[in-house]
Amino acid sequence: MTIELDPFVVAVIAAMGVATYVTKAGGLWLLGRVDLSPRVESGLEILPGAIIVSILAPELVGGTLATWLAAGIVLVVAWRTDSITISLGTGVVAILALRAVL
Amino acid sequence: MGGKTTSQQGDEAVPESTTFSLAGARKGFLACVPVALGVAGYGVLFGVLARQAGLTVAESTLMSATVVAGAAQVIAIGVWEQPIPVAVVVGTVFIVNLRYLLMGASLRPWFRNLSPLQAYGSVFVMADENWALTMQELRSGNPTGAFLLGSGIAIWVFWVLATVVGAAAGGVIDNPATYGLDFMLTAVFVTIAVGLWEGRSDLVPWLVAGGVAVGTAQLLGGEWYILFGGLAGAGVEMVRYDD
Repeated sequence: MTIELDPFVVAVIAAMGVATYVTKAGGLWLLGRVDLSPRVESGLEILPGAIIVSILAPELVGGTLATWLAAGIVLVVAWRTDSITISLGTGVVAILALRAVL
Repeated sequence: MGGKTTSQQGDEAVPESTTFSLAGARKGFLACVPVALGVAGYGVLFGVLARQAGLTVAESTLMSATVVAGAAQVIAIGVWEQPIPVAVVVGTVFIVNLRYLLMGASLRPWFRNLSPLQAYGSVFVMADENWALTMQELRSGNPTGAFLLGSGIAIWVFWVLATVVGAAAGGVIDNPATYGLDFMLTAVFVTIAVGLWEGRSDLVPWLVAGGVAVGTAQLLGGEWYILFGGLAGAGVEMVRYDD
């Protein structure tokens, strides 16, 4: 069961792999031929953050009070400690405690 | 592999010949091991999340071995449902990874001396972390062309092994909510967002992205709001860019 490979899932993963490799190789290949303006570069640089916010925003809007508070705690801890481990650990403790209380 | 990226292109003094040797790859590998250990922690997490999203151990591992892009993989898992929204998954992965264009371009001054196989083979294992290490190495005047490959192999090995561990562990947990693990993905995204924050200038594009995502999430079905939000944020950034 755990070592199964669904052909459709494998196809989706392959498409993800191709999409990723195109971006990695594309910079090497394309950008020697075409120059990106600093304007376009700044747009590309903002994309990962903008995508993450786009995932989070609707989820938080539809979330419970416990989710909001725990997300706020994770935010502060991540900002203060710069450590994924500490912020996730705190987040799990926070969500369990808040769910028990609220 | 969700780190931040800066683009710096082309004006450096580039040495005449870039080498591509086993010694160079070895140097990159060893330099990257401490970083790869950090990546491994993230890989365990990815494995757990992938398993909770319904992937098998083999599928999770295959994804880590062939996609080799941490942030994009976690995001893909975040939108993974049954049935799989294929266009959104692949489209989001592509968009998130567009920053690799800049990273690849920054290697060009050194990599143009290498054979196509060496150059295009090496970028397969390019991730945020080993790209940054490689740029440090190259800019410090060592034309070690195999450094990216060696450091990338270190990342790849730890990333893939950690995924196996995480996915195996994730399968043991039958009710994620009991351990607060259903909140984990949200916590991961909040943490990544904090890491990507570069200052107040990010505020407007992030607010636009969030606003458009919330709006389109209500108007449209599915997960398309993620792409709309992300592209709106980038669009605003380009419009207000001031040179």
